Amino acid sequence: MSAPCFHAGDRVRVLDLARTGHVRTPRYARGKCGVVERVCGVFGNPEELAYGRWNGAPIPLYRVRFRLADVFPSGAVEAGARDDSDHDTIDVELYESWLAPETTA
Amino acid sequence: MIDREYEALEAAFREALAARGIVTDAEIAERVEVLYGRTPELGGRVVARAWFDPAYKTRLLADGSAAVRELLDLDIGTLKLVVVENVPGVHNVIVCTLCSCYPRMLLGVPPDWYKSVTYRARVVRDPRGVLEEFGLALPPGTAVRVHDSTADMRYIVLPARPVGSEHLDEAACAALVTRDAMIGVAVPSLQS
Repeated sequence: MSAPCFHAGDRVRVLDLARTGHVRTPRYARGKCGVVERVCGVFGNPEELAYGRWNGAPIPLYRVRFRLADVFPSGAVEAGARDDSDHDTIDVELYESWLAPETTA
Repeated sequence: MIDREYEALEAAFREALAARGIVTDAEIAERVEVLYGRTPELGGRVVARAWFDPAYKTRLLADGSAAVRELLDLDIGTLKLVVVENVPGVHNVIVCTLCSCYPRMLLGVPPDWYKSVTYRARVVRDPRGVLEEFGLALPPGTAVRVHDSTADMRYIVLPARPVGSEHLDEAACAALVTRDAMIGVAVPSLQS
């Protein structure tokens, strides 16, 4: 269960799940596609830990890198006047249950 | 008034924990003292060692927490430190958009602006604009990498050693490394 499904370099899509509570997936990343930068290891699931449920299996955590222009298209327009912003990126830590291979719809 | 409300909530929560014997007042006081004893000077020593010792830098980039423990003999608890390096063509900047995660066990208490909604919302949407407001002009051809500390990792930036510091020893170089340079909203300079 805790062996990571994804590896550095894999392209992934962030799921847009209707979960509430202590969710650590920023809204701006949901539905977006990026590349796994590294596997961080396995950690307790904050969506469980925050409510005192300590016994769940640890789950893999990843750093996923997105093109900034993919995540914030309107920000990219603002930044359009600025040089070099084409290659700007944002790295986000995401738990495995929020990720799918990019190729799945 | 919001601050007073939070203060009252914090006190009530702390008292409830103590009343149930989950933590003692002394344990809380001790952790607060540890936290306030941590300053960016510690991070500066880590950065300067990486500038002077390439093998240390390799270890620091591979496993930040292990390299900090090796150098400083410091209790950093469960800190999982990721060190991101500024190199020609790449500038890094740290944020926590969801709350205010920060490598407190190494750098101490974060500045208020780091915790502000404004910084957290804007630095991901327009990092170049925010860096400009901090007075940081990036060389042409530099890509910006924003790092959002959304979960278990904490980050510091390993900035580049400033030009003109060649005659300085490691301790003098460490003194050039500011908190803001390790967050990535500044770069070390000889004027700092």
